[in-house]
Amino acid sequence: MAKITYREALNQAMCHEMERDDRVFLMGEEVAQYNGAYKVSQGMLDKFGPRRVIDTPITELGFAGLGVGAAMAGLRPVIEFMTWNFAILAADQIVNAAAKMKYMTGGQYNCPMVFRGAGGAAARVSSQHSQAFENWYANIPGLKVVMPSNPADAKGLLAASIRDNDTVIFIENEINYGDVGEVPEGEYIIPLGKAEVKRVGKDITLVAHSRMTGYALMAAEELAKQGIDAEVVDPRTIRPLDEETILASVAKTNRAVVIEEGWRFAGIGAEISARIMEKAFDDLDAPVARVTGKDVPMPYAANLERHALPSVAEIVEAARVTCNRA
Amino acid sequence: MTTKNQKKTEAGITQEGRFYSAERLHAMHDMMLYIRRFEEKAGQMYGLKKIGGFCHLCNGQEAVCVGMEEASEPTDYMMTSYRDHGHILARGSDGTAVMAELLGRAGGIVGGKGGSMHMFDVSKNFAGGNGIVGEQVPIGIGFAFASQYRDDKRVSITIMGDGGVNQGAVYESFNMASLWKLPVVFVIENNQYAMGTSLSRASAETHLYKRGISFKVPGVQVDGMDVLEVERKMAEAIEHARSGQGPIIVEMMTYRYRGHSMSDPATYRTRDEVDEWRTGRDPIARLQLQMIDAGLATEADFKQKDKDIKKEVVAVAKAAEAQPEPDLSVMWDDVITDEIPNAYPYPRQVG
Repeated sequence: MAKITYREALNQAMCHEMERDDRVFLMGEEVAQYNGAYKVSQGMLDKFGPRRVIDTPITELGFAGLGVGAAMAGLRPVIEFMTWNFAILAADQIVNAAAKMKYMTGGQYNCPMVFRGAGGAAARVSSQHSQAFENWYANIPGLKVVMPSNPADAKGLLAASIRDNDTVIFIENEINYGDVGEVPEGEYIIPLGKAEVKRVGKDITLVAHSRMTGYALMAAEELAKQGIDAEVVDPRTIRPLDEETILASVAKTNRAVVIEEGWRFAGIGAEISARIMEKAFDDLDAPVARVTGKDVPMPYAANLERHALPSVAEIVEAARVTCNRA
Repeated sequence: MTTKNQKKTEAGITQEGRFYSAERLHAMHDMMLYIRRFEEKAGQMYGLKKIGGFCHLCNGQEAVCVGMEEASEPTDYMMTSYRDHGHILARGSDGTAVMAELLGRAGGIVGGKGGSMHMFDVSKNFAGGNGIVGEQVPIGIGFAFASQYRDDKRVSITIMGDGGVNQGAVYESFNMASLWKLPVVFVIENNQYAMGTSLSRASAETHLYKRGISFKVPGVQVDGMDVLEVERKMAEAIEHARSGQGPIIVEMMTYRYRGHSMSDPATYRTRDEVDEWRTGRDPIARLQLQMIDAGLATEADFKQKDKDIKKEVVAVAKAAEAQPEPDLSVMWDDVITDEIPNAYPYPRQVG
């Protein structure tokens, strides 16, 4: 297996899908001539030409809606948002149109398309450019929400998302784009809705997605030094959620910490801990703990920013409390 | 479309060099009258509380619905906002299915999932029925994009109102459609009131056909109460879009006789104003007079037709009402296409 970056893995998935299906096209701001704001679409204009790799004006609502119409007409759009912060401008098309089109039309039309781009906190860009939105979209029937945490998952999940017949919200992580990892060559598909156990352990379950999966793995190493053997589960698909894998892990460890970069209130951790409470109450030896971003807009100053985000130390501490080792 | 250029010896009307056969004129008239009577019936059923929610009728705007449909090909795409009954009926969708949708019945055109605001018929290339003002406009250029992508020469007829035209999404769409020369006709149904707000209270530029100037989108203004003018100008606009010249705006000057929706008594306009349009410019009466003048029909013919169409609409309402409500099991259908077993939320179950 070749070692490539997270952004190259995404690029491979898109190129592969565009080679096998002429209906797939990529549209967004700076995706073509500039090769992508984060260079995810590097070389794609040269490979596929301006018919299929299309630069747009800065007009998120407009090109999101264009994608919805094109999907209804039978194409398979991949619509890139430079970041998910800007996708709020397009929320009407995502929430009111794409998510509901199949239902509202009695199954006559659907929107097989991918909205993708960078999400989560970036570095030192303050409140409007550093936020997690997966809980917004995961709340909506009709959408699937996918968040890869490493290069191999990025490739396999994006390819699966493009082939999926529903609207997929594919949230990449701005900090992870340069991460390097082993990625299978050629066609590589990871089915949606399947979590993966990223580290096997027996004492506590750490559930974490996107960039926080890496944090959970680092926390697990630290916990190992302290004699706590943590299992790390990455849901990979937020909606629909692979509850089975999470519950199986909790049945084994009897303890869980859910970690997310987003805000605590009504977040993904709230949903997952509720599921564990509802379905695995008797398995639990301690309340489920949550480690989340702090309930404030993201501040700019380096120390404040660090403080606003979950840290490996916080995960370690939450795990120790949950294991009665604090 | 075969009737457009037939020999002048055939009975019909020639207007601005365009020939309309008697057969075609009758068909246009009958559809306008059918829409009028259908909407009246819908209003009546609403009054009886058989139709729920929001219900926006298009009485007065029938020439726009029918003239546009006459000018377009069945393969052209069409989408509009929530004042959609007239358009989908003009496209040729089944009236009983449309009425059943209003009544929330199993045989509704979208199976009882949408109601008045969400009429769709993929077999007629009618893509809604969109409930958020202006939402259909970016979607409309998406259909046009698909047409250009596949080079299949289909035009997207994207309809909005004089209220919708103030949404930002519309200008984003004008810009991209013009930039990429997408085959789209933007139709603005200017009935002069966005809900209760008159055009001059909401629009700095009230000549809406000029709204594309900054985007190099040409525009024309059309008497939307004259079905033949609508047909003629739309045919030109569609040809403009189909030939690769890019988008064009067609502003249809029209009027709705009823309030914005069923709960609107329309106290923001005077009775005189309504009467001026209703009795002075009614599109159905106008075509009837033209046809009588041309010796294509008599007043008695139209009276008989009206009786027949009213009867037909009564039968449609009866058939729709006789249908059962949707089975509860369909509630779970069509949320997503590729269901994932054993993943929460579980498809088709709670918990």
